[in-house]
Formats: sequence, C-alpha cells, structure tokens
Amino acid sequence: MFKNINESSKILLPISLNNIAYHKNGNQIISETSLTIKSKGITVIMGPNGSGKSVLVRLLHGLLVPTKGVIYYGKHPLKKSIRKKQAMVFQTPTLLKRTVLANMTFVNSIRGRIDLTYCKNILKLLSLEKFQSYPAQLLSAGEKQRLALARALILQPHILFLDEPTANLDPSSIHLIEQILKNVRESGVKIIFITHDIGQAKRIADDIIFINKGKILEYTNTSLFFQKPQNKETAAYLEGELIL
Amino acid sequence: MIISFDQDLFEILLLSMKINFISLMIACILGLPFGSALAVLRFPVRKTIIAISNALMSLPPVVVGLIVYLYLSRSGPLGWLELLYTPTAMIVAQVILITPIIISLTCQIIEDLQEDYREYFSSLVMPPQKAIKAYLYDARYSLVTVVLAGFGRAISEVGAVIIVGGNIDHLTRVMTTSISLETSKGNLALALALGIILLTISLSVNFLAAFFKNSAKRKAYV
Repeated sequence: MFKNINESSKILLPISLNNIAYHKNGNQIISETSLTIKSKGITVIMGPNGSGKSVLVRLLHGLLVPTKGVIYYGKHPLKKSIRKKQAMVFQTPTLLKRTVLANMTFVNSIRGRIDLTYCKNILKLLSLEKFQSYPAQLLSAGEKQRLALARALILQPHILFLDEPTANLDPSSIHLIEQILKNVRESGVKIIFITHDIGQAKRIADDIIFINKGKILEYTNTSLFFQKPQNKETAAYLEGELIL
Repeated sequence: MIISFDQDLFEILLLSMKINFISLMIACILGLPFGSALAVLRFPVRKTIIAISNALMSLPPVVVGLIVYLYLSRSGPLGWLELLYTPTAMIVAQVILITPIIISLTCQIIEDLQEDYREYFSSLVMPPQKAIKAYLYDARYSLVTVVLAGFGRAISEVGAVIIVGGNIDHLTRVMTTSISLETSKGNLALALALGIILLTISLSVNFLAAFFKNSAKRKAYV
C-alpha cells in the first residue's frame, strides 16, 4: 500500500535545528536551541500544555518561520521543495466542505493526477470506505481524524507530522491509527508525533523529545527517557507533577 | 394581460431576463475570481482595492448611466461603437453596477473561509491559483447569496438602463423602465402586470436560493 521510500527519505535526514528561536509579540515561544534528529522511525514530542510543542512542529514543517536560526533537512535548508515532501495532521482537522472521497481526490490532485483507486484504497485502510460519498463535515471526531490522516498519507510524504492526532479519540480509533503509523514507519517515512499520552509514547516512539517552557530539555531513545529521565522536569512530568 | 399572454408584455419580459442574465453572468465571471484573488493574495494595494470595491457597491445608478452615456454617445470616446440605446449599452451599465457587489461580497466570504483553511492550505504548499479555485468551490453555497445580491441589483435597476437604453419600444424597453413609463402614462394595468411578474421572478429566485442553501446546510457544506 505504501510506497517504500527508505532510500529517498535518507536525503531529508538528519533534521538539524541550528540555533533556532521563535518569538511572537515580544514573547519567547521557543528559546534558542540546537538539535539534530538523526533517527528514522517515530520521534515523539512530549511536554506540558503551552510548552511549545505545536510551535516546534510548525517550525519544522515551515508553517512558521524561525525568528532566529535555520532548519536543515539533510544538507538543505527548509524550502518549498522539501515542504512538498512533508505532510501534517493537525489536532483539529480542517476538512473541506465536500464528500470524504472529494477531500481525498482534492489532495491527490495537488501533487499530480487523481488516482481514484489509490484514494479508495487509503480510505479502506482507515476503515472509511463506507463514508466515501458522505459529507466530510458530518463525520464523528474519530472519523474526521482518520480522514485527515488518510489525506496526509495520499501525499506519500517522506516526513509526516502529527499534532496530537489521537487526542479525544476512543481506544479502537487510537489503536487503528497507531497500527497504520507503524506500517507507515516501516515504509521509511519519518514520523514526528506530538502526544501527551505516556502509554502511547511507550508503544510507538523510537525516540522522544521533551520540551518545557520553549526549551528542549531532552532528546533520547524511548526506553532511556522513561527509565532514566535526564533532568528533574522530565521526571516531574512523567510523575504528573509538572505544571506550566 | 398575464393570462392572455400579451405579446408586448412578454417581449419586455424576455428582453429584461436576457439583459439581467447576461449582465449577471459577466459580473460573476469577472467578480468571483477577482474577489477570491483579493481575499487570498497579498500585494501592496490590496486593502485600497478592497476599500474602493466596497465603496463602489453603493454606486448611484444614474451616475453610472450618465458616465456610460458620455462614453458611448456619438461624441464620446467609444461613440464609434454605436452602442448607445442598444441592449448592449444596458448590459455594460448593469455590469458596472453589479461587479463591485460580487467582488466585495465574494472577498468577504472567502476571507471568512480562509480563517479555517489557511494553515491547511499552507501545509499543502498549494499554488495560489489552485487555492482560489478551491475556495470558490467550497464557498459555492455561500456565494449563491452573492449572486442573488447581484441579481437583485440587476432586476431592480431603472436609473442607468433608462439613460443608456432610452426605453425604446421593441428595442430597449425592459420591465422596470416600462413600469416607470406606463405609470406616468396612467396605463396602470400593464404597469401592475409587469410589477407582479417582477415580484414573482424575484421571489422565485429567492426561494430557489434558500432551498439550495438549506439542502447545503443539511450536508454541512455552508
């Protein structure tokens, strides 16, 4: 189902943040920071509410421009051609005022000719095939989020960003999305995923970035993150004691 | 008169519909993409253009009629076209009156839709022309109201069309100008018949538009 992009995705790695900072209206949202994400697989970003997770992902995806510093994908600074190889699923999905299938074909048409069979196959993969001719806006929250993921997958991205895509979903929807993301990972897609769900992070993450008050405090592999947090704030967050 | 299919009355009705329909089509072809582009694109004089098009929404029809008359009159710059007192001149005047309405209202509707779509379209790295098409398509049911506003202006127009059309029998006489003339002549039967038809058309179009919008609302397309 997913085209194997293991080789071609290599050119977009590592993702390097060189002295990145982001300010808005005089407020420092992301403090000057440098980070290199070398690994393939799923990188989970964790942190309390308002810590800057969504802003960080928007910077990585090019929706926001850093006030300072440059983001590199491989050897190249983030530019339009790289952004076209990315896709993002937002916490609150923006669905077009069309049918489910029309949402898919619209996104498919942006990168080339419409492949109706492929659109339908992706919908089937996300158990949405029976809603093809249904108005997208009338789907339930879980179905909307699945459609948002389906639209992202149809772009065949090399890097997939997800901003809390499973927040407020029922366990079966969460399970389905996690399974699909694992399959997507196997095809070589780099996934950057925001979640608050510690259990979910343990299940799907290959490595974890921990951010608090706009500072990246930790970037380590999953087992180390949970077993030996490197700083007090991470430990406090995992204990449920960290409040922004 | 209506029931007996009066020849004159139906000739007037047909010409009115033809002029209104063509004017509205031209205004929509010009105004919908332009209004949408104004909402989507960012360029230096954008806000000024929006302000001007908003101001032009309340253009006095007689002034438009006068300007078109001056341009099309024999001594005017476009006099050689010999369009004065023809249906074409009436269409030109109508287009000038309707287009700013279509542009302004389209721009407002697309700007509202942009609040929802902007970030997603930016994520898709959408070319602007594709975004404009998508906005127009997704706002299609809301834009029915815009077209309706243009239609309302066209069908009720007297001032401009009487100046550039001249209200010539069997050539440029339309419903509104006929009502005006027949009332002044005391021929109230014809004036009333035309008034009833005008009202019926206006109400029918509004009901039809409301029906479309309601069916779209049920599908959450509005």
